[in-house]
Amino acid sequence: MDGWSQFVQLLFSGLTVGSIYALVALGFVITYSVTGILNLAQGDFAMLGALLCITFVNSGIPFVIAILLSVVAVMAVGGLFERLAIHPARNSSIATLIIITIGAAFVFRGIAIFIWGTQPYALRPFTGNHSLNVVGAVIQTQNLWAIALSLVSFIALYIFFNKTYIGKAVTACVVNPFAARLMGIEPRKMSLGAVAVSAGLGALAGIVIAPVSGASYDMGVMIGLKAFIAAVIGGLTNAPAAIAGAFIIGILEAFTEGYLSSGYKDAISFGLLLLVLFFMPNGIFAKMSGKRV
Amino acid sequence: MLTLNHLHVYHGHLHVLKGICLQIGKGEIVAIVGANGAGKSTLLGTIAGVYSPKAGEIIFENEPLPYGKVEQIVKKGICLVPERRQIFGDLSVKDNLLLGAYHRYRNDFQQVMRDYEHVLEVFPKLKTMLDRPGGLLSGGEQQMLAIGRGLMAKPKLLMLDEPSLGLAPLIVKEIMKLLRQLRDQFSTTILLVEQNVRAALQIADYACVLDRGEIMMQGKAVELLDDERVKKAYLGMQNKKEYNIAK
Ligand SMILES: Nc1ncnc2c1ncn2[C@@H]1O[C@H](COP(=O)(O)OP(=O)(O)OP(=O)(O)O)[C@@H](O)[C@H]1O
Ligand SMILES: [Mg+2]
Repeated sequence: MDGWSQFVQLLFSGLTVGSIYALVALGFVITYSVTGILNLAQGDFAMLGALLCITFVNSGIPFVIAILLSVVAVMAVGGLFERLAIHPARNSSIATLIIITIGAAFVFRGIAIFIWGTQPYALRPFTGNHSLNVVGAVIQTQNLWAIALSLVSFIALYIFFNKTYIGKAVTACVVNPFAARLMGIEPRKMSLGAVAVSAGLGALAGIVIAPVSGASYDMGVMIGLKAFIAAVIGGLTNAPAAIAGAFIIGILEAFTEGYLSSGYKDAISFGLLLLVLFFMPNGIFAKMSGKRV
Repeated sequence: MLTLNHLHVYHGHLHVLKGICLQIGKGEIVAIVGANGAGKSTLLGTIAGVYSPKAGEIIFENEPLPYGKVEQIVKKGICLVPERRQIFGDLSVKDNLLLGAYHRYRNDFQQVMRDYEHVLEVFPKLKTMLDRPGGLLSGGEQQMLAIGRGLMAKPKLLMLDEPSLGLAPLIVKEIMKLLRQLRDQFSTTILLVEQNVRAALQIADYACVLDRGEIMMQGKAVELLDDERVKKAYLGMQNKKEYNIAK
């Protein structure tokens, strides 16, 4: 494999991982913007989505339906989590709420161990084991699925927030919850929807990456952390910046792994997090655009 | 249409409203004036459901209003245009206006769009800047937007908290004229809190003076305009020394 094809290979693998991080990071951003809560259980929605989908597929449910079903199921889990854990504690301090989400993450992992055990599972690729040859690099179709589905999600979210009435009402709650209430918009209802949608995005991410890197009860930890770093780069409220951050992290990781050693892969993103927190506590892109979600 | 019976409101331990009794009839413009911190905004906020009273009742169209349930109260036809405008800065002028109709857009979007056109006729200036983010408008334009957004809720009772704050006298005049028009066109009942006492009393039918949480005086607006005490305390018809003491 010559240098150029290795480069393309790594780039695609970076884009794939990046799009997974981006989906989960968007979950962070949406939940944080609407509810003001940093949901550290966000990565575990990916784990739940992947494992549920694998179970559905193994029990003979058609692939597409299994995917939809598991996304919807995880959205329901997210909604329940908001109603049972976040909503009753909404007036507590930020620290309390974050600890609640950490607790929820452990509960999700515990339930996953209980149901699926600790061994990894595999999911077959969406469209078989085909691959494309791009200038000598071998690109699996699953990588393309990951990139395409995340792009579709970004566009759908963009349209929702910028073109639909209800999406604008959500934005209004984010921009000025007091005025929104005076108009009859209920920020609390929005909070339920926001957590559910974030959970759905996470589930989708987990399902899409499962054929590439497998699924296990603790897969959400790393995905969640990387996505969190991406979201922090955007100051937690800037969706485009979080997406950009996610792709930067994904690509940096892929190149570090390919050109240096896989041992440095995680060090790179945590180094990035430290840099961002030290020098730009509001996020690299936060200043560039005040636009949220 | 709206009756307040012995309303007591606290902010923490602070007794802000001390037994307010007030009656407002349909289609009236009622002005509330008073010094800073008298409790004017608290009064409007309590009617709108932002604050809950400790005692007393609020009766709207012969039914007691639920306390502290902002979203439900909007549906009943009461809309507050709050202090400092509070528009949605990131959203366009058009979206700001349309979101004003949030509580009723599901039932009849056609009607909402008709009302939207109507509001733009009332504020032709906004028509020229529909796509601009609300935050980039000038103070006066934002005030028009805030009032327009309030109208989009199609309230039976429109409450405005210091709509003239920070505006040039000419624009204040324009806005007061508008409120009069609104009452005449939409037969909206208007409850107006104003620092600009003269402007408020000129368009109001009734007025009351709020002083440290109590209604000190109320009556026909024209009578209050002529009242010696009001003149002294709020219309600046006195020498400087007395004015300072009155404050
Ligand atoms: N949310 C709040 N929490 C605690 N105290 C408050 C709150 N809002 C108002 N207050 C206090 O209640 C009193 C009345 O405030 P309010 O805003 O109703 O006065 P106002 O008549 O509207 O004054 P202004 O003319 O300055 O707007 C003030 O002393 C104020 O400090
Ligand atoms: Mg006030």
